[in-house]
Amino acid sequence: MRLNKILKNTLLVLTACLVLSACATKKEVTDTKGQMQGDVYTGTDTVKYLADGVPDRVFFATNESILTTASRETLRSQASWLRKNPSINVVLEGHADERGTREYNLALGERRANAAKDYLMTYGISSDRITVLSYGKERPVDSGSNPLAWSKNRRSVTVKAN
Amino acid sequence: MIKKILFLYLILLPINAFALIEVDITRGNLNPLPVAVSPLSIDENSRLSFKKILDREDIGSEISLIVENNLRTSGLFNPLSKDAFLQAPDIANLKPRFEDWNLIKAQALITGKVSYINDKLRVEFRLWDVLAAKEMMALAFTTVPTNWRRVGHIISDKVYQRLTGEKGYFDTRIIYVAEEGPKTQRIKKLAIMDQDGFNNKFLTLGNELVLTPRFNPTSQIITYLSYFKNMPRVYLLDIETGTQEVVGDFPGMTFAPRFSPNGKKIIMSFAKDGKSDIYTMDLENRIVERITNHPSIDTSPSYSPDGKFITFNSDRSGYQQIYVMRNDGSDVKRISFGNGLYGTPVWSPRGDLIAFTKLHKGKFYIGVMRSDGSGERLLTENYYQEAPSWSPNGRVLIFYRETKTNAKGEGFSAKLWSIDLTGYNERLIKTPTDASDPSWSSLLSN
Repeated sequence: MRLNKILKNTLLVLTACLVLSACATKKEVTDTKGQMQGDVYTGTDTVKYLADGVPDRVFFATNESILTTASRETLRSQASWLRKNPSINVVLEGHADERGTREYNLALGERRANAAKDYLMTYGISSDRITVLSYGKERPVDSGSNPLAWSKNRRSVTVKAN
Repeated sequence: MIKKILFLYLILLPINAFALIEVDITRGNLNPLPVAVSPLSIDENSRLSFKKILDREDIGSEISLIVENNLRTSGLFNPLSKDAFLQAPDIANLKPRFEDWNLIKAQALITGKVSYINDKLRVEFRLWDVLAAKEMMALAFTTVPTNWRRVGHIISDKVYQRLTGEKGYFDTRIIYVAEEGPKTQRIKKLAIMDQDGFNNKFLTLGNELVLTPRFNPTSQIITYLSYFKNMPRVYLLDIETGTQEVVGDFPGMTFAPRFSPNGKKIIMSFAKDGKSDIYTMDLENRIVERITNHPSIDTSPSYSPDGKFITFNSDRSGYQQIYVMRNDGSDVKRISFGNGLYGTPVWSPRGDLIAFTKLHKGKFYIGVMRSDGSGERLLTENYYQEAPSWSPNGRVLIFYRETKTNAKGEGFSAKLWSIDLTGYNERLIKTPTDASDPSWSSLLSN
C-alpha cells in the first residue's frame, strides 16, 4: 500500500519534471518512442527491480556523472529498501557507452557508480554496505551503435552482493 | 622460450666510399624500392635434416618469404615476383649476374644460404646494390633450428637498417587482447604473436576480463588489467615463467598501467571516490608514489623515453585532454587544444612525438603531435579506433578498430591495424580471433 503511494507520488513528481523540462527546452531532442530526454535514457526496457517498485539502475548523459531527478528518485527508493533490509549489501556497477577510450571509460564508470554511492550514503546507507565496481565500456546491455543504445549503456546498476 | 640465444656474428662488411641506394622513410613512400629476395639456397642434406626437425619442405625459401613479406608490409619496398628471377639461388649468392637482376628492375638483391651444421641452423645472407654492382652487407647467424622465423625477421631488420639508416621493427612481438563472443558478454584473453601474426599464443583462459596489456621495454614481462575475482587490478605477468602478481596494495581499482622506459617502475591510475589519480610503483622496493592529486580523472600515463616527463589524459578542464608534466608531477601543462576530445597519449620511443586518440563530431582519429602540442597531424579516421602503440623504431603505429553494428546490434568486430607515421600504408593485421589493445615489444635482439 505504502509502496504504491510512494510510487504514485514518484510518478507525479516525474510527470511534473517532464512537463517542466519540456516547457523549459522545447527543442530538446526526444526519441520517437519517448525513451530519452536529452541524451539520458528514460525508458524501462533494460531496467530490473531489486524489489517491487525499486528499479536497479540509473542513467547518465554523455560524459556526465550527474544524477538526474529521476535517478535521485530511483536511488531514494533503493535507499529506503536497503534501510528495510539491513543485511543486504550491494555492488554498484558503473558503466560507460562505447563512444570513449577504454581507460577513460573505466574511470568514468567508477565516477558514475560513486555518484550513486554518495547519494545512497546521504540517505543513510553505510559505505560498508556498498562496493563500487567499474566496467567501463566492457559490459553494454545493448549492442547497438546508436544514441538510444548508448543511453541505455551509460548507467550505474545496483546489484545485491549477498 | 625467447631466451634461446641467437648467436650472431659478422663475416664481412665492406664499406664503400660512394653512396649506395638509400630509402627515405620520412615521407610517404609512393615509390617503394624494387627489391629481389632470392630464395636462400640449401643443400639437399640440410634440407632433409630441417624437414625432419621442423616439418618444413624447404626452409631456405620459407625464410626468404618471411623477409619478403616484412619488406612489403613496411611499405618502403616492393619485392619482385620470384617467377621473373633468372639466376639460381646458389649461384646468385656467390656472385650475382647484375645485368639479369637489372633487367627485372631490381635495385637491391638479397641472396643467402642455409645449412645444417652440428644440430644448428646456419644462415648467411648478402645484400647487393644491383645498379652499383656492389655487395652492401654480408652476415651469418647460427642458432637453434626452431628459431628459423626469427632469423627471417633479423635479416629483414638488417636490410631495413642498411637501406633506411634506421633500426627495423621486425624481430618483435605484439601482445594484445583476443576477443570472442557477443558484444554484451565478450570473452577476453591475453594473447601474444610475432609482429607478422605468426606463432600466436593465448596466455590466459578467458575466465576473467583482461584489458590493456603492455610490454616491459627491457624484459619479457607484461603489465595488464585483470578482473580476477571481480576486482579490477593491475597485474604483472612473466611470459616466460607464467608467474603473475598483483601490483601494489590498493583498496580500489587500479588501471591504465605502463612501464617506465627502464622497466623498473609501473605507472598507473588508481580510482577512488569518483576521482582517478596517477601513481607509480617501484618494482624493486615496492615504494608507491602519488604523482597527481586532482579531483578530476587523470589516466593513461606514458613516460617520455628519457623518463623525465609523463604525458597523461585528464578531464580537469571539463573534458578529456592531453597533458604533460615532470615525472614528479610538477609543471603540469595542457598540450591538446584542437576541437574535440583527446585520449590515450603515448610517447614515441624517439621522444619527439606523442600519439593519441581523438574524438571529434562522432569520429575517432589516431594522430600525433609534438610533445609541446604543436604540429597536430591526424593519420586515420574511422567510426571507432583507439589505443595506438609505437613500433620500437617510432615509425609505425598499431591500434585497434571496432565496427559499427547494424540496427539489430549485429556485425560487431574488433581488429588490429597498423599505419605509418606518414599516414600511408594502413594495414589490417590478421589475428585468429577479434583483437584489441595491442602493445608492441622492443626489438628482441640487438
